[in-house]
This record gives sequence, structure tokens and C-alpha cells, in this order.
Amino acid sequence: MNDSALIHARGLRKRFGDLTAVDGIDFDVQKGEAFGFLGPNGAGKSSTMRMIACVSPPTDGTLRILDMDPSRDGPLIRGRLGVVPQLDTLDNELTVRENLIIYARYFGISRKDARVRADELLEFVQLTDRAKSKVEPLSGGMKRRLTIARSLVNNPEVLLLDEPTTGLDPQARHVVWERLFRLKQQGVTLVLTTHYMDEAEQLCDRLVIMDRGRIAEEGSPAELITRLSTREVVELRFPDELPEIDSGVFNGQVARVEALPDRILLYTDDGDAIVPLVHEKLHPQSVLVRRSSLEDVFLSLTGRTLID
Amino acid sequence: MAYAFRVYESWLMGYRRTWRGSVVSSVLNPVLYLTALGIGLGKLVNRGNALGIPYIEFVAPGMLAVVAMQIGTFEASYPVMASIRWTRQYHAILATPLRIRDIVLGHQLYVASRVGVAAGIYLVALVAFDAIRSPWAVLAWPVAILLGLSFSAPVSAFSAWLENEGGFNALFRFGITPLFLFSGTFFPLARLPHGVRELAYLTPLWHGVDLMRHLTLGTPRLWPSLGHVAYIALWFVVGLWLAERTHTKKLIT
Repeated sequence: MNDSALIHARGLRKRFGDLTAVDGIDFDVQKGEAFGFLGPNGAGKSSTMRMIACVSPPTDGTLRILDMDPSRDGPLIRGRLGVVPQLDTLDNELTVRENLIIYARYFGISRKDARVRADELLEFVQLTDRAKSKVEPLSGGMKRRLTIARSLVNNPEVLLLDEPTTGLDPQARHVVWERLFRLKQQGVTLVLTTHYMDEAEQLCDRLVIMDRGRIAEEGSPAELITRLSTREVVELRFPDELPEIDSGVFNGQVARVEALPDRILLYTDDGDAIVPLVHEKLHPQSVLVRRSSLEDVFLSLTGRTLID
Repeated sequence: MAYAFRVYESWLMGYRRTWRGSVVSSVLNPVLYLTALGIGLGKLVNRGNALGIPYIEFVAPGMLAVVAMQIGTFEASYPVMASIRWTRQYHAILATPLRIRDIVLGHQLYVASRVGVAAGIYLVALVAFDAIRSPWAVLAWPVAILLGLSFSAPVSAFSAWLENEGGFNALFRFGITPLFLFSGTFFPLARLPHGVRELAYLTPLWHGVDLMRHLTLGTPRLWPSLGHVAYIALWFVVGLWLAERTHTKKLIT
């Protein structure tokens, strides 16, 4: 066991009746890192997050958070965590600022300090000009930022983010990522779940790939890509039926062929080198050469895409 | 307990937006009811002075008890379901050091305040209607609060347990409305047939009505009064215990 781990899990399991949501996973989250759970919907990410947030008792296994036992010290642990849930739980009846103040009061922060803290946090998430607005009319991105601000009222040591940008438009996502990056720089440990590979690549120092309740792989995004995929990918689209492809025709330059419902992926270390051959032999409608991503890692591990 | 007050504070913060409406109805309700009942129904029930007292003096404590029951029940129905399922405020609270117990107690404190304000206004209205005979009536105020809690605690347990709001119709139709009519509020229980009468004795509402009636008429006796209080308090305590269980089952999964 690593002494500096803020979160330590061994054989962690969660069952709901017959359904095993989390099937014996091991991981350690170190202080100051951004740690991600990447996987498709239903992989067990949210169940894991709820166990870490001390609102879901593990069925089996070891879970230590901030060197405490969540089943016994839940309230103490929660006092040092920040939680950004998947579904917003803002109070629509209250104003933006009141949402922060009442939340600070839950942590036992005095009214005076709560007001100061609320104003600081509104500044941080760039919502100062909406302080007196009700929550209801805010955009999805603003609500997310307010939820993030709210999760920071107690100066948490660990921030848990469950699908932080799901449902946001690209611009709003970038604003959220930028704020989270700032928090990481300030030394806040981030633990997040996502099914977006670009989010994982942007934010995570280290991540685990989850599938069907288990951890399939662990590493940094770059390391996982190097280890489990080729450097580049050639994506082919065809006007009609996708042809059967034998990787042999590429003289060993294609490590793997992956046929998806709408396109074919050729995994290779040098995409441009095989493009002429591809045109000559397969006559695709379009050809795109790109770098391998975590999406490809997931595909090679599970044979499925992240977003079905 | 300090933790529960933080939850209480958040309920008050929400109430700040709607308090005007609720105070207006707390004042209007007694005036309307007492006028209608005192002048209309009273003539019928109290024909030939069958009750031995003016009807308004009979029905006033009954109405006070009913108000406590209604507010206690209502405030523990939709608001609790909303906090779990719709606005999900209870989930938000559980991401802080507060516990299920604080959530349940904080909400009960809020209901106690709501009942306290409404019952206070009602008592003042009763004095204005000359429906109070004795200073003992002051004690009807805390009894009203306890009575409200004896409904709000078990109802909040029920609301947390419910899967959808359909169950509230059943609660109001088969629980609250019959109680409202048949707990000695509008006419003495002695006029009900056996069987129904004993059923009424089991409900906290009848105990509240009987106790408050003795208080406003100035005829309380120690032991029966304590018995009433104990029975009403039992509903509250059992309700709290159940509420903690059903809230835990729904929120900690």
C-alpha cells in the first residue's frame, strides 16, 4: 500500500441485487494528480464515484479515503471532499449566490465567511455578473460552473467530478476544462469519470479504462496509446458496403484492421506511407490519417467504441 | 443537533420566497371555517344545545388540531419527495458532512415552525371569535406543534419510501380526509357507531382534538392529558425512526 495515496481501493466491489456494477477493482489516487475513470456508460464509473463520495457502501473489498474508512467516517471524509455530481443538484428556487451560501452553511462555515467565499468562487467560475440571477434560466455550461463553484466552498482536498462536461456544447466544455486545469495547478486532486476520450486526454495525468465493472488497463494517456495502439490510424469510408480487408495486402505495415459499422480503421505506424496502397487496392470514398487516441485504445481492449 | 439546524436553515431560505402566501392562507382559513361552521353547521349539530356549549367553542379546538395535521402532512409529502427525486436537494446535502439523521430532523424542525406559526395565528383568531374559555388554551399551541409532528414524521417516512407521487392521493383520500371528518372534530365521537369510534381512538388526531378541547374549555385533567401527549409523541418518535430508515434506503444506495 502506498502511504501517500489519498484514495486506496483493493478488490472493491458493488452489487445491486443480481447486477454487479463494480467487479473487484484496485486503484490508488495520489495527492495532486488528476485521475480518471474512462469507460462507456454502464462500465461502473458512477458506482465507483458514489462509493468514494461515501453515499454508497461497498459490497466487498477495501476502500480508504484520506486514510479513513468511508463506512465509519463518512461525514468526516465528505467534509474534505468536493462533489460535482452527474446530474445537477442546484436549488432552482434560490439565486446563484444563495446556492453557494447555503451550501457553505452545510459545512458549518459562518454566514460572514460564506458570503466572502461565495463571491470569490463566483469570480473564479466567471459568474459574478449572474450572482443575483435565479438558477433556472442559466445555460447548461453556467449551471455546471456553478456546481463546480459549489463543490469548492469547503476548500476540498479531493474534487470528485462525475461526467463533468456531459451534455455541454464544445465551447462550454473548454471553459470547464480550463477552470479544472487551474484547480489542478492549485494542487487540488481531481478524480473524474468520463466517456469522452478527449476529456480524459485533456485533464488526466493517469487513468484507468473501465469496462463492465472491471479495470482493463491503467496508465497515462500517452503511455496507454503507445502501449496499446499504433502511432497512427487510417480511417476509411466507403459509399456502399464495407469490403472485407486482409491486412496482409499491406506488407506488414498495418498492425490491425478494425471494422466499425460505418468505417474501417487501419492501425499503422506511418499512415501516409500506406495511403497510396489503400487507394489502389480498396477505392475508398474518403481516407483520413490521424494519430491514435484513447478511443483506439478502448477499441483494441474491448472491441467496442466508447460512445455507442 | 447543530447539524440539523443547517438543514433547517436551508428550508427557511426556500420558505422566504413563499411565506406571504402561506401566512395569508393561515389567517384566511380560520376566519372562513369558523364563520361557516359556527353559523351554518353549528345550528344543525348543536340542535337544542345538545353539546351543552356553543358550537364554536366545540369546533374551534377541532379545527386547530386539523390545521396542525394538514400542515404537518402536506409539508412532509411533496416537499420530501421533491428533495429526494425532483430537486434532489437531499443528494446535494449528502455531499457535505451532514447525515440522513440531520436531514430528517432539520426538516421536522421546519415543519414544527410552519405548524407553530399557523397554529399561533389560529389561536389568536379563536380569541377574536370568542371561542376560547380558558387561559389553559395557551398550552394548545405546543400541543398543536407536537400533533403536527406526529403526522409529519410518519408521512415523511412514507414520502421517502414512495416510488411516485400517486401514493399521495391515497394518503389524502383514505388517510387524512376520513380523519378530518371522523376524529371528533365537528361532532362528538359518541355519535359514531362502535368499531368506527375505536378506530378514531387509535389516531393521533383524536387525542389532539380531545386534549385541545379540554384546554380551550379549561377542563384539562392531569393524567388523561399526559396520556394524550404521550400517545401523540409516540407517533412522532416512531415516525422519526421510520423516516430515518426509509430516507437511508432511498439515498444511500
